[in-house]
Amino acid sequence: MSELERLTARLAAVLPPDAVITDPVRLRTYECDGLTVHRATPGVVVLPGTAEEIAAVVRLCGEHGVPFVARGSGTGLSGGALPRTDGVLIVTSRMRRIVEIDIPNRRAVVEPGVTNLAITEAVRDRGYYYAPDPSSQQVCSIGGNVAENSGGAHCLKYGFTVNHVLAAEIVTPDGEIVELSAQDPGYDLLGAFVGSEGTLGIATKITVRLSRAPEAVTTLLAAFTGIEAGGHAVSAIIAAGVVPAAIEMMDALAIEAAEAAVHCRYPAGAGAVLVVELDGPRAEVEHQFAEVERICHESGAFEIRVAASAEERAAIWKGRKSAFAAVGRISPAYIVQDGVVPRTALPRVLAGIDRLQEEYGIRVANVFHAGDGNLHPLVLFDDSVPGEAERAEAVSGRILDLCVEHGGSITGEHGVGVDKARYMPRMFTEDDLDTMQLVRCAFDPRGLANPGKIFPTPRLCGEAPGVRRGAHPLVEAGLAEQF
Amino acid sequence: MDARDALKALEATGVAGRAAGDGDEVAGVRPRWVALPESAEEIAAVMRVCAAHDLAAVATGGGTKLHWGAPPDRCDVLVDLCCMNRVLEHAAGDLVVRAQAGVTVEALARALAEGGQELALDVPVPCTTVGGLLATGIAGPRRFRYGTARDLLIGVTVVLADGTIAKSGGKVVKNVAGYDLGKLFTGSYGTLGIIADATFRLHPLPAARAWVTFTVERPVTETVEPYVYEGRTLDTTSFEAAAALHAVIPAVTESPLEPSAVEVDWPDVAGPCTVAVLVEGAAAAERAKALCGLVGDATGGVVQVSEEPPPWWGRLPEPPGPDEPPGPEGRAADGGEILLEVRNVPYRLAGSFVEPFCAARTADVRAAVRGSLASHVFHVALPPDTEPGRVAGFTGVLRDDMEADGEGRVVVLAAPPEAARRLDRWGRVGALPLMRRVKERFDPDRRLSPGRFIGGIW
Repeated sequence: MSELERLTARLAAVLPPDAVITDPVRLRTYECDGLTVHRATPGVVVLPGTAEEIAAVVRLCGEHGVPFVARGSGTGLSGGALPRTDGVLIVTSRMRRIVEIDIPNRRAVVEPGVTNLAITEAVRDRGYYYAPDPSSQQVCSIGGNVAENSGGAHCLKYGFTVNHVLAAEIVTPDGEIVELSAQDPGYDLLGAFVGSEGTLGIATKITVRLSRAPEAVTTLLAAFTGIEAGGHAVSAIIAAGVVPAAIEMMDALAIEAAEAAVHCRYPAGAGAVLVVELDGPRAEVEHQFAEVERICHESGAFEIRVAASAEERAAIWKGRKSAFAAVGRISPAYIVQDGVVPRTALPRVLAGIDRLQEEYGIRVANVFHAGDGNLHPLVLFDDSVPGEAERAEAVSGRILDLCVEHGGSITGEHGVGVDKARYMPRMFTEDDLDTMQLVRCAFDPRGLANPGKIFPTPRLCGEAPGVRRGAHPLVEAGLAEQF
Repeated sequence: MDARDALKALEATGVAGRAAGDGDEVAGVRPRWVALPESAEEIAAVMRVCAAHDLAAVATGGGTKLHWGAPPDRCDVLVDLCCMNRVLEHAAGDLVVRAQAGVTVEALARALAEGGQELALDVPVPCTTVGGLLATGIAGPRRFRYGTARDLLIGVTVVLADGTIAKSGGKVVKNVAGYDLGKLFTGSYGTLGIIADATFRLHPLPAARAWVTFTVERPVTETVEPYVYEGRTLDTTSFEAAAALHAVIPAVTESPLEPSAVEVDWPDVAGPCTVAVLVEGAAAAERAKALCGLVGDATGGVVQVSEEPPPWWGRLPEPPGPDEPPGPEGRAADGGEILLEVRNVPYRLAGSFVEPFCAARTADVRAAVRGSLASHVFHVALPPDTEPGRVAGFTGVLRDDMEADGEGRVVVLAAPPEAARRLDRWGRVGALPLMRRVKERFDPDRRLSPGRFIGGIW
């Protein structure tokens, strides 16, 4: 009998009968998150309803030395919630209560399974909203947002999840329930926890900041003949001292895909479109809008559309928001990449991506959060053509190299997960990674919380940093893989 | 430990250094040596010697807050980062700057202003260095709009107790690769490692700024009412924040006019206070005018608009008392400073006024309060000659009131040793066992600022 089987037999004592899934067919539905190329059938799935139940499961995992992985809505794009075949998958989908809406204190307390958009929907009538808006916000969970430090189109002005979480109740890998609060003196453990991709514990209750809805919002679509002109406009807007809520760009291929999928009717002949959203006090927005419009014209925009209503704004965003799924209309398969470059390096990096397309004979559609240099190249391929998937994978990897070479990052918002752990050494030295793992060792010395994610080489917490001879002990034991 | 061997080893690193003098004391503890590294590698060389000879080290920048926190249990080497004072890269087009830890916020601001940009942190202590602002996590009025150092820091290079040089983050704002060590180091009082350089996101200097100010003569009102108890009539006194404050503050902070900061200056809790609201950016004047209307309607008093900040803006409070005129930097820069930080939540607005007022009355001390009515973080200064027992009494009463419902926090940032011995500096701290475990991993031999942080546990 394996440790997992022994543990599974004890789950009935801590969870309701319908909260434990062992049926192989049902287990299969949890085998991947939004990144479907990585799949593993979880050893067992649990659906706890309370923090105490999660703590009890985690304590059992500790007693049996069995790894556990937390999962929210499963929309992640880096395999961060990829289950372990030898472990427990803890799914928070039953923890969907909005515990408290506290307008006077500008905050809401929610369970981890609550969707991002549900918070905004609960407070919109009172003139507030929850600022981080990942494009999956209708379905993605706050627990997952906390794990990934999710951003979204509007994080250029408003920041990421970490800037909007005020406190979190977490279950530590020891199975203790601990409150981390921005209000407390001491180390900013809350700041370290947000974005730790489930490797430091599981958030069971999250206090988020509510933001005041802006007085005015203006959305504009500018069409350019080429991506260089669009890029020039972005730089000029920033140089003019304007911080828009969002600046998004799409290239010709991405526009073609969006047109095929949702008929967004972007200006014909556009080689690039820019979506700029300004928000804030009406007087400020009006002033900035005039500035942005002038800059777009000067940068060569041949058509500018301004949304006059919520419907028109939605129409402008429709093309952008559908872009990922839309490339399915023009390509049998695709890889969504997520890299960041300093904004000023955008033209050079885009030129580099063009060269890669030629070199590998692979098409890349570019959709990006231009304001903060966050690229989402969509690498298109036909998986029925032998070798094309591999070439696409190579292009995708080399785009990350381009990002790192230009002083950027291998991920701006999708996270490292299992997918990019192997790229971490391109950005960080072994000392950097060992130092990060000191935090991991403090929270989770046995490495049971979401092992195999973020770090290419797991570190045994007893060993001295930097000293590593021969094969890693975890690799020898078959518990880990080195990339 | 053989001091001569240690000194020889320090000298052998080639890092500039000298014997410590009177001015090098860390909260009253005099180190033996001062090291003056010029790079992360030189800090690492010093730290390796410290590790080999079990020397305790404390990092310092401008030394303006070195008397904050508890005295170190031991201190052999003061690592003075004054020579690491270069702005390494200001990428204006990317709104990013990377600076060494010893750069002062004033020097940084000058460099950034040339490109029309700023680090949107109003650091309230002059001559604070980048390293010092991160180690203490101190922030000023515009925390309401831009957050604090943790929110603007995007990358950091640190040197650990064993001499390991590590970085996290990078020079792009949007970046979720790996753990964010910058957050962990911000506010860690030098107990996890020494910050060598930091990268921040910047903001464009606002096109215009305007301050709307008004004065409240009696911020705390006192009501005496008869109360019948077992047949006897007693007087009961209740305290409440002035109606004007209740009427104005939430209306202003929640206003769609989006002020960047709402600050109060209350030079003596027995007297009047001034509230100042900052609006910045395009159409600042227009928005200030609208705010004026909002404030004037609610208070019925005189409201002023100015393009210049009030003189107290963005500075820590000076302790009350004409007998203690503020020095050139506006505060006692030595061990005499008595300074508390109070955190609250918006809903307890009244408490932010009533609680310091009542604590000062109960403990019979004079107190000055200054801070953010939007973010609800305040600093409280007491006169340096306040009798130690009264400092402890004031802290105790204030903390009992503020922390009673779990929402407020009171931290004693600075207090003279006699007073500090009688009080708990940190108050309520959640997750303390986890913090201890983090410290044990980063600095298992307790060589970095030992005993400085969280109740002397480390």
